[in-house]
Parts: sequence; C-alpha cells; structure tokens
Amino acid sequence: MDQALPILITGAQVIDPASELDETLDILIADGLIKDIKPVIEPTPEMLVVDANDLLLCPGLIDLKVKTGEPGSEHRETLQSAGISAAAGGITTMVIAPDTDPVIDDAALVEFIARSSRSKAIVNVLPAGALTKGLLGKQMAEIGLMSEAGAVMFSNGDKAIDNADVMRKVLSYAGAFNALVSCRPEDANLAGSGVMHSGELSSRLGLKGIPTAAETIAIARDIALAELTGGRLLIDQISSATGVDLVRKAKSKGLEVYASVSIHNLTLNELDVGDYRTFARLSPPLRSEEDRQGLIAGLIDGSIDVIVSAHDPRPAEEKRLPFAQSSAGACGLETLLSGALSLVHNDQVELNCILRAMTSNPADLLGLSAGKIKIGAPADIVLVDSEKPWVCDADKLLSKSNNTPFDERRMQGLAVATLIAGNVVHDMDGIFRQEQQ
Amino acid sequence: MPSDSYFFAQPHFLRIAGLNRLEVISLLDKADSYVEQSRRRQKTSDRLHGLTQINLFFEPSTRTQSSFEIAGKRLGLDVINMTVGSSSISKGETLLDTAVTLNAMHPDLLVVRHGASGAAELLSQKVDCAVINAGDGTHEHPTQALLDALAIRRTLGSLDGLRIAICGDIAHSRVARSNVALLNLLNVEVRLCGPPTLLPSDADRWGAEVFHNMDEAVTDCDVVMVLRLQSERMDSAAIPSKREYFRFYGLDQSRLSHAKPGALVMHPGPMNRGVEIASDIADDLSISLVTKQVEMGVAVRMAVLDMLATARNEAI
Repeated sequence: MDQALPILITGAQVIDPASELDETLDILIADGLIKDIKPVIEPTPEMLVVDANDLLLCPGLIDLKVKTGEPGSEHRETLQSAGISAAAGGITTMVIAPDTDPVIDDAALVEFIARSSRSKAIVNVLPAGALTKGLLGKQMAEIGLMSEAGAVMFSNGDKAIDNADVMRKVLSYAGAFNALVSCRPEDANLAGSGVMHSGELSSRLGLKGIPTAAETIAIARDIALAELTGGRLLIDQISSATGVDLVRKAKSKGLEVYASVSIHNLTLNELDVGDYRTFARLSPPLRSEEDRQGLIAGLIDGSIDVIVSAHDPRPAEEKRLPFAQSSAGACGLETLLSGALSLVHNDQVELNCILRAMTSNPADLLGLSAGKIKIGAPADIVLVDSEKPWVCDADKLLSKSNNTPFDERRMQGLAVATLIAGNVVHDMDGIFRQEQQ
Repeated sequence: MPSDSYFFAQPHFLRIAGLNRLEVISLLDKADSYVEQSRRRQKTSDRLHGLTQINLFFEPSTRTQSSFEIAGKRLGLDVINMTVGSSSISKGETLLDTAVTLNAMHPDLLVVRHGASGAAELLSQKVDCAVINAGDGTHEHPTQALLDALAIRRTLGSLDGLRIAICGDIAHSRVARSNVALLNLLNVEVRLCGPPTLLPSDADRWGAEVFHNMDEAVTDCDVVMVLRLQSERMDSAAIPSKREYFRFYGLDQSRLSHAKPGALVMHPGPMNRGVEIASDIADDLSISLVTKQVEMGVAVRMAVLDMLATARNEAI
C-alpha cells in the first residue's frame, strides 16, 4: 500500500465513543493522521476513494491484555502472529503482558519487546512491565526505568501479589511515575488447584471449584491498599458480580480504581464448560449467569472501564487433556469485537458503551492519543460490518494456537478492514485494493 | 442374540446422569441373571467370544480391575489389563496418545479408570470402541452405583420408597455422585451426611437432603452407605484428625441403632476400619452387605459389557 496516497473513506457511519459522535461522514486520511471529517469531502484525483456505505467506522480497538509466547514460548504465539490476529480482529494497539520467559522485568527487555515488535508486528505493540522481579511477588521491579524505556503499565501477569505489604509498596512507588498498576485479583490459597467456577456445576462434574470469594477478597484488599497509597489501580479481568459492587463503591469514594473484564466472562458463563470442554477452561473462570449479568451492569454504569481480549493462546497439546490437566487460556484477539457486538445484538449494551470500553477508555488510562476519531488523531481505524453473520471455527484462527470458547458459535459482525496510521493492515473484502486499481 | 439392546442404546457407559429408569432396570434385570451364572460351577459362557476388552487403569485398583477382568472372562471376552501408571505416562505420553495407540489394536470394549474427572468422556470422543467408565476423578463411578442398587434390590426385594443415607467424604467421592443419581431414578429418598468440609455446599441440589449430624442422618434409614475417607484426594486437611472423624462420623453400633431395625450397612471398599466404620459392623454378615457388593460387582459389569457389546453389534 502506497503510504503517501491520501485515503478518502466515504459514506461510513462514523462512531466516536469519546465525543459520542454517530453520523454518516466522510473521512480524509493523510500522513498517517485523520486530516478531515465532514459530511461531504470532495475527492481529488490523487486520493484513494473507498466507499464504506453500510459499514461502521470507529477507532481501532486498544487491547490492554494480550499474551504472546515471545520470548520463550514461540510455539504458542509470536509477536508477528499475534499482530496478524489483532489486525483481523480490528485491534490496532495491544499491550503485551510481561509473563513471558524471561519475564519482562527490566528496561532492556521492555526495549527488546518494543523494538522487535516494530519490525515483526503489523499493529502497535506496547509493553507492560512486571511489577515484581520475575513476577515472584517479592521484590519490586524497576518501575521507573521500565517506564522510561516505554512500559505503558505494570502488572504481575496472571499472578496476584500475595504479600499485601509488597502490593502496598508497589502501588505507592508507582504513584511517583503516575504508572498504572494492574493486578489480577485472586487469592492463591483459596483458588488452590481449582479449575472452574465453584458451584453446582463444578460439584456435579467433580471438578475443583474456584469460589467467588477468592476474587472478592483480593479486590477488597487491593482497593483498601489503593486508598491507603493513592495509587492508580486497574483490577484486571474482574469476573464476579460482587467484585463489580466493590469497584463501584471504590469509584464512588473517588479512588483511582479501574476495572477490566475479559470478553469471555462478559459473553459466556460456566455452562459453556458443558461436558468438560477444555476450550472453556479460563482464568479467571467463567462464572454464573448472575455474575455475567453483574458484569454487564458494571460495564453499563461505568464501574468496568475496559473490555480486554485476554488473549492467551494455548496449543492443542495443552488443551487435548482431561479438563483439570489442561491449561487455562484462550485466543481472544480475533473474537473480541464480534463477541462484544453480540451484546449489542442481544440488546444488552449500547454500541457506544462497548466501543468506549475498547477504544477511548483504555487510551485515556494509558494516556494515548489513539482511540478517538478526530482531526489530528492517528488514523488507527477499523471498518466494521456489524450485521454480517459468520460461524466461529477455531481451526481457522490466524493465531498460532487454535482454541477459543467461541468455537462453533454463531457470531454476528466483524472487522472488514483495519488501518494503522493510515496503512491498511487488514482488508477482508479487498475494498482498499479494488478501489486503487 | 436376543434383542435386548432396545433398552440400551448408549454407545458408551460413562455416567449414571443421562441414563433413564428403563435402561437402569433392564441393566439390573440382566445382572440378576448373571448372578446365577456366576454361582454355577461352570461360570463361563461364549456369549461375547472373539471380542476384546482392554482394562485401562491409570489409577491403581485391585477390586474394580479384577471385577471387570472376571466379568469379561465369564462372557468369553479376551481381556487384557493395562496398568498405565507404570509405563507410558511416566514416559510423557498423554491420555489421548494412549487412546489412539490402543484404538489401533481394535478393542471392542475399553474399561477406563483415571484420576481426572471427565477423562472417560474425553477418551470416548477419540476411540471407535465402547468406553466404560470405571471411575473418573471425583466425577462418577457408574458400575459401583449399579452394584449397590443390585445388592439392595436382591436383599430387600425393591428399592422403591427406601430411605438411604450416604455418609462420609461426599466431596471427593465419585461413588456418591453416581449413587445419588441412580437412587433418585429408583425412587429412593437419599440423605447425604458428612462434615461441611467434605460436602459440596450445593449438594442439596443434587436431589438429596443434607445432614451434618450423623445420628440425625441415619435415623429411620433402611440402608446406611459409608464412604471411604479419601485423604489422597485432599489438598489440605479437611478434618482435624481421624480420631475426631470417627467420633462424629464413624459408623458404630450406637449410631446404627438410630436406623430402622435390621438396617443394612454398605461400603464401596477398601475400608478404613476405625476411621469411617467400626470393625464389628463391617464384619457382621447379618447387617453388612460388603461382600455381597463385591459379588454383585461382577454380575453388574457382565451386564454392562454385554449390553454395550450387543448394542454395538446390532448397530453395525
């Protein structure tokens, strides 16, 4: 694609959650930026004109929780394959979790991820740094140096920090750099060797359950520590209705507490485990339908700020095992948008609300200029056919691992084309290619 | 062959949940006839001659494995025992690799015991033969439930309207899950009793009444089933000591006196004497069905093997 060529996208339904814009407009893209937004822009001969009638145009999605296997487990996923999956799913920016091998816990490794993704990944990649050395939850990592090197947030991967004093120090210290501290709320002792939501279904299946209290205890503790230290806390992948209540209360007190939810917890429940489907073995586990409804309510009232794909690809050999022996995790990049749209089609959430949680909200949390459709913003854009029906087939995922709990599910709506800084990185129907000829 | 597969159209035998009353009763009726065959001097028939049965045990087992082996041999099957814990698994082979390997040897019946819940189900999706669940983790042990029902039916004539207490380590028991499902099908009033740490909090939704006091639980019961304390499946101690457990949940004469006069006592074995059951009860043949349970085990497994093999044969 010729980068210098200005692109004029005409007739799209432009949706910008940040400004609550929702109308049919033309958009001009040049030099990697959005140059103009008007009801009608007159094309000039040098422009590539793309007719986007019947399509939605919204900011490219920003995904705060993506795991690849690079470095260390490239057989699961590489930055390159994750980038291709993300582009196909309408995601233009992904934040890479630090739980790799080695763990991203110093500035050199942050730079390594940033540098190698520039040459390998077709979407924007932002590294998250580890909160503690080796993610062991004991000694604080070099948050300041990693921040300078480009880490946009800090997390302890999928492990909670067990020691409340370490968590306190991390939140307090990170405050000096205004760094966002993300933490998975799970009491490790209470979760134990549990493999699914603790309830009637788990006891019938004879599978060890993870009680909701394992999450609420951790959330309550971390909120108390955020209040104590004044740190910025992102509660990562909340899964229970009672957890949402705790966040709601913390926000009403004016604390800088935010929450994310995985698309899987938002759209599926424990029943998807069915007869020991390991594709539905996730962490946090899929919980009850009441929990799912509580998560949706939290998304609508703003208690939950961000929807993430929780992309954590697992190859067949980790999933073709008895349920309790399989590993937790699923691909999410390619199904994030479609999964979220299913909530719109079911009349559970407004389109604007779900898009905000995947664009402007995560952008604001990280202080990014992307995630908005406005003049001067980077042209990170996704064109969406929100109605198109399709059937999810795990084997056809572009990821290196082919597992998703949405496997065989009927979906509606997907990303037709994705642009990053004006460059076309995904073009399902060739609308940009055809127009150019 | 007689056309009795009408009553049993299941391709596998993985769990009680999912069977209907008719299937259960026809299995028990068939097992009845095999009790008689097993008591004759000439015990072996050639009913399933030429078919191959593989017993695939990923967990050590003496009684269940030998019961399935004898059941198969009495039907004329070629029976092969594989105790996998000692061979391939330690070389890193997965359950499904083992399944594919065995499948290539064309067995007709595959009897599986595995420490993970759902393992038999997973295996059944990947092989061509009939899979019989001989216990998967803490999920189900369906032939045990059938043999318990048969032992009661042959002793008391019928299960209809009986009141049965299942006591002990319910949480880790696949036997309890299968039994609750089966006894519900047969119109039995089921009670579950154990300390709260050994009873799933929602067990009351299984179709059973939940008790934490053993004396209350056995009151007016026709049968008391005692389960083994499975310390090997516990992550951390769910009870303070075996001594305390016996004091509150062990079955002894005084506790049993609350049950109906002549009430029967059952145990799936192996027993921890002095932990969940007192020796004098276990050894009293007038009230203990323990050895009868073992005898019924062979007959019930013959019935299951026969039903599955016959149903498969007629489907072809």
